[in-house]
Amino acid sequence: MGGLLLIRYGEISLKGKNRREFENRLVGNLRRMVGERARVQRIHGRVLVETVDGIDPYQVGEDVSRVFGVVSVAVAERARLDLQAIQTKAVALVKGIMERRGLVHPTFKVTARRSNKSFPHRSLELNRLVGGAVLSAIDHLSVDVHHPDINVHVEVREREAFVWAEVWRGPGGLPVGASGPGLLLLSGGIDSPVAGWMAMKRGIAIRPVHFDSFPFTSERARQKVYDLCQVLTAFQHRISLTVVPFAAIQTDIQTHCPEGLRVTIMRRMMLRIASALAERDGICALVTGESVGQVASQTLESIYTINAVTNLPILRPLVGFDKEEIIARAQRIGTYDISVRPYEDCCTVFVPQHPKTKPHLGPVERAEKALDVSALVRGAVAECWQVDFTRGAEPPAL
Amino acid sequence: MLEIYLDNSATTQADPLVVAAMVAALQRDYGNPSSLHRRGAVAERLVTEGRAAVAEALGVAPDEIYFTGSGTEANNLAIKGTAAARKGRGRHIITTAIEHPAVLNACRAVQDQGYQVTYLNVDEQGVLRVADLEAALRPDTILVSVMHVNNEVGSVQPIRQIGALLQSLPLGQRPYLHVDAVQSFGRLELDPQRWGIDMVAISAHKLHGPKGIGALWVRSGVQLVPLIDGGEQERGLRSGTENVPGIVGFGVAARQAHRERAAVQKRMTAWREKFIARIRSAIPSVRLNGPEHGAAPHIINLAFPGLPGEQLVHFLESKGVYVSTGSACSSRQPDSHVLRALGVPREAGAIRLSLSRLTTEAEMDQAADVLVAVVRELQRLYKGRG
Repeated sequence: MGGLLLIRYGEISLKGKNRREFENRLVGNLRRMVGERARVQRIHGRVLVETVDGIDPYQVGEDVSRVFGVVSVAVAERARLDLQAIQTKAVALVKGIMERRGLVHPTFKVTARRSNKSFPHRSLELNRLVGGAVLSAIDHLSVDVHHPDINVHVEVREREAFVWAEVWRGPGGLPVGASGPGLLLLSGGIDSPVAGWMAMKRGIAIRPVHFDSFPFTSERARQKVYDLCQVLTAFQHRISLTVVPFAAIQTDIQTHCPEGLRVTIMRRMMLRIASALAERDGICALVTGESVGQVASQTLESIYTINAVTNLPILRPLVGFDKEEIIARAQRIGTYDISVRPYEDCCTVFVPQHPKTKPHLGPVERAEKALDVSALVRGAVAECWQVDFTRGAEPPAL
Repeated sequence: MLEIYLDNSATTQADPLVVAAMVAALQRDYGNPSSLHRRGAVAERLVTEGRAAVAEALGVAPDEIYFTGSGTEANNLAIKGTAAARKGRGRHIITTAIEHPAVLNACRAVQDQGYQVTYLNVDEQGVLRVADLEAALRPDTILVSVMHVNNEVGSVQPIRQIGALLQSLPLGQRPYLHVDAVQSFGRLELDPQRWGIDMVAISAHKLHGPKGIGALWVRSGVQLVPLIDGGEQERGLRSGTENVPGIVGFGVAARQAHRERAAVQKRMTAWREKFIARIRSAIPSVRLNGPEHGAAPHIINLAFPGLPGEQLVHFLESKGVYVSTGSACSSRQPDSHVLRALGVPREAGAIRLSLSRLTTEAEMDQAADVLVAVVRELQRLYKGRG
């Protein structure tokens, strides 16, 4: 027999007139996440996920608790609108939890809510009535209203009641797609996948772009980026990666530009190409894994000079994070182990021993005169290629 | 696109004859050699034939060949098996600093069990001095393990002299001589019987045979303790159902290599010299790692000061030429213990080109042109760096 998951979503219920659209987006994302394993429907202020026969609701619940917009997921029981029915479900629920978790003398409490005002028992009364039934039915149980081991929730709605006691926290945020697409500069390092995850958390559907430095780097560096995209499909059902061949541009920079400015110019070229791709595809924001002050190209002066090539907003969701925080998050997302594979990415080849930490705009612009910037950008946009990743599908081959 | 594979010391492409024989062994003659029925008998005959072919290529008796899962396992069996079998006689082992990790790490493992291991240094050409070995010998030395051809630089060790030295010791004090011949079997002359060797480790996939099959030749009378306990296959020294298709493939590959060995060795020697001369005249700063003369003809290790070896590999790859940095087994590690032992400076990016009997002269000429072009391109890019 299947099970029932009761999903609470927070923030999006606050957004008055867009609420409908956000809810539809969330339901759509949840449906893609559960696939054939469950039925998803919206009831007032909640989403119900009912797993089909033979599918473990706990497993589906874990998947569902990764979906952005979800605040919490509870494995719930349905009860008829009848006090005795609710009591019976509550008793069975507590028994089941004690068995599963091996609790011997647990404490519990009941938290009831009655949105159906025609139900004859009010919330406080329900707490007492359901709690009393549980206490008398199960031995070795005591009440603790402040820090209970088991918190039995009862929610009485128009047509039925729900009873649950186990809740996962979801990531919160907005459902992916609610905020339109953003172009993510994805290097293969630790930071950029986390930045992508943070952007998705705010409802942005990411479109990663990778600057491929082969043959300055190994094809395994490209494999790394592919693997990262596949991991990120856990949060966004489909991800379309753009690979930009970048070695020729690097060679040009290396040949024609002064050593101390090469990193700055390289990053400006990346931003120009990303902006051109965004413009082509009607995307209105870029997302990077930059943080302030980690490396030479991330001083404020450097960010200013690099940023000067584009009018698009650049979202830098990691700006407030320390490295340790980024690493911890990458580990939770599941990208860390891929990111630390020992293959150079495009940012580490050709890095001079002494890059300028405060590159001024004037000298950089003069140095770029040695390059045919617009032709290089046009060429890169023309030569880039697309690789698509879908959750649960075979990842594409190199 | 052009494709020239010069990484044959990492592994080789399987010979079509090898593949055909293996497919038949997997599909038609799929029996277990230990089974009593006809299927078993057919499989057993295949194993016998494979063993005979490998033995013939090595110039030894078939019943002294023990198949293993890899060259690495064969080396482990030789070292750990000797250590366990002879611990009553002594606990000292001598090897060199430039062995393959299969030998070095097996030695370190027995070291952890209380054995003493001497790691002999080599000269700047990568060759062991026999006098150094002689000086290191002790009455309690139970094993000398020296590779025949170094996998990174191609230096050839004086195995024949080492064998003669050990044979001159009184029988009761004579250590076993184990030779890691993974890089030389089927490519260089090797005569374990006459050279006074006791054990030889070999592998199939370096010779256009399959991966997953190796062998240890063990002179009869040599005592070893097995690494693996089980159904007593391979006369108790290596339990586990025989890898029949692997053995069949190994046999075919060994026969082919053996048949052509002398001719292949001769032409490779000439091509190697020509190749090195061409690179030298175009890129004077190149450094040859390993011996100038007398090196294994199928391995060329070159260093280009100031250029990262890894990028050389990828630039060559982008032009269809496949080589490696150092050795494929350890190229993920930033440093080469072999090049350090030879005194090669760390900054010089080294690449290894390795040939096989399928390599042609035209491929070597083309590869030389591509290498020169790539080195010049990278030298231009790295000029004035730092």
